[in-house]
Amino acid sequence: MTLYYTKEHEWLRVEGDVATVGISNHAQEALGDIVFAEVPEAGRTVSKGDDAAVVESVKAASDVYAPVSGEVVEGNEALDGDPALVNSDPEGEGWFFKIKLSDPSELDGLMDEAAYKEFLGTL
Amino acid sequence: MTDTLPLDRWHVAHGARMVEFAGYAMPIQYEGIIAEHKWTREQAGLFDVSHMGQLTVKGPGAAAALEALMPGDFAGLKPGRARYSMLLADDGGILDDLIVTRVPDADSDEAFALVVNGAVKHDDIAHLRARLPEEVEMTHHEERALLALQGPAAAAVLERLVPGVADLAFMQGAGFDHEGDFLWISRSGYTGEDGFEISIAPAQVEAFAEALVADGRVKPIGLGARDSLRLEAGLPLYGHDLDPEITPIMADLGFAISKRRREEGGFPGAERILEERAKGALVKRVGFFVEGRQPVREGAPLLDGEGNVVGKITSGGFSPTLERPIAMGYLATHLVDDADAVVKAQQRSKLFDVTVTDMPFVPHNYHRKQGKK
Repeated sequence: MTLYYTKEHEWLRVEGDVATVGISNHAQEALGDIVFAEVPEAGRTVSKGDDAAVVESVKAASDVYAPVSGEVVEGNEALDGDPALVNSDPEGEGWFFKIKLSDPSELDGLMDEAAYKEFLGTL
Repeated sequence: MTDTLPLDRWHVAHGARMVEFAGYAMPIQYEGIIAEHKWTREQAGLFDVSHMGQLTVKGPGAAAALEALMPGDFAGLKPGRARYSMLLADDGGILDDLIVTRVPDADSDEAFALVVNGAVKHDDIAHLRARLPEEVEMTHHEERALLALQGPAAAAVLERLVPGVADLAFMQGAGFDHEGDFLWISRSGYTGEDGFEISIAPAQVEAFAEALVADGRVKPIGLGARDSLRLEAGLPLYGHDLDPEITPIMADLGFAISKRRREEGGFPGAERILEERAKGALVKRVGFFVEGRQPVREGAPLLDGEGNVVGKITSGGFSPTLERPIAMGYLATHLVDDADAVVKAQQRSKLFDVTVTDMPFVPHNYHRKQGKK
């Protein structure tokens, strides 16, 4: 299992050829109270950079981009009833979707946890 | 260029996240918008609204001069009484909405305090300077801070610091002495709750804010919750729900045009506004419940059953009290009372069912005069 981060403040936990995707603790703090999350359905094919999910806080809406290309294998249905999971456990229970990688080489451009922490320090 | 307000460091020390608003660094939130919102509805919230413009207009003929710019009855306003009004353009469009209070003054029996929106205060001041006659003097109290204490516990908390404030009624103000300093306090606000707005000198504001939050019933509240509270209260926000394209009748603010002014006219755009009042305007500001859980935001067009644009959302968000998305906006007047009308809001190519609903979304809790609630 390997953990990656993007400059768009998403995380990916990769196991085999499936990545679980969510938003980082920094992102949920910046968004504030999450009141709605819409996740993609299984079977949808996305390309890196596509809008894949929507997250809305009290004050604003944000897109969650597909950080890698592939086929969605599961959306987190728990967010439907309890979108605040993204606040309480952003890098655990508050995951958004799982995606089967079509091009694992796309992971090469992503940050590990240490690099992401360093990146946050530059903001 | 972002200016700082007198409580800038105090906000940061209390954990605020600061953002730029109306040219100032302002606290958007402390512990979180929903928690702050609920705290204000249940206890008392302290808001720094020092970005707002605090003006005094006084001199012979001041009441008539203000009546030439706004549709309120200021000649008939008793000392210490406050009225909601609007600064109008010549065509009747709204330049700003504001509170006008007749204040006691040693030099003039025609003295009025105006509190105007921070984002347009410089335009307001230029407009007033250009339009007010010479003998009416205007002062911008730029240095003074303004705090708002809002919520069911506000009166009990403030009474301990400033004895006598609990005797004020809703939309009434008076001067108070606090440890030798002058405070102007009015029982008003922008949350729908009982509460007060406190005008205070910058040198005193930090100690006063600290004394307020030392009471366990008071927490500092950011602009984020201020917005969700005023939306639940059905109160329009200038620059979003009101602008120069909108008249008081379109905005459903006809209550601010007093009987005498309706009969006499003499305010900017009177002909158009009085005609709209009699016959109805093309559009009307209304509240909406949005189906589902996803908020619909400002700017979303409203469509009828055939896909024609029949209005737009001007404020939209999530109601922490009702735990559902709510919105306000403008809808073609003929659809407002049509129970069979199908209205949808469009946002990012998705359609949302919306239902016209009475405002406020959450009942007001004002401290009206005895006998009235």
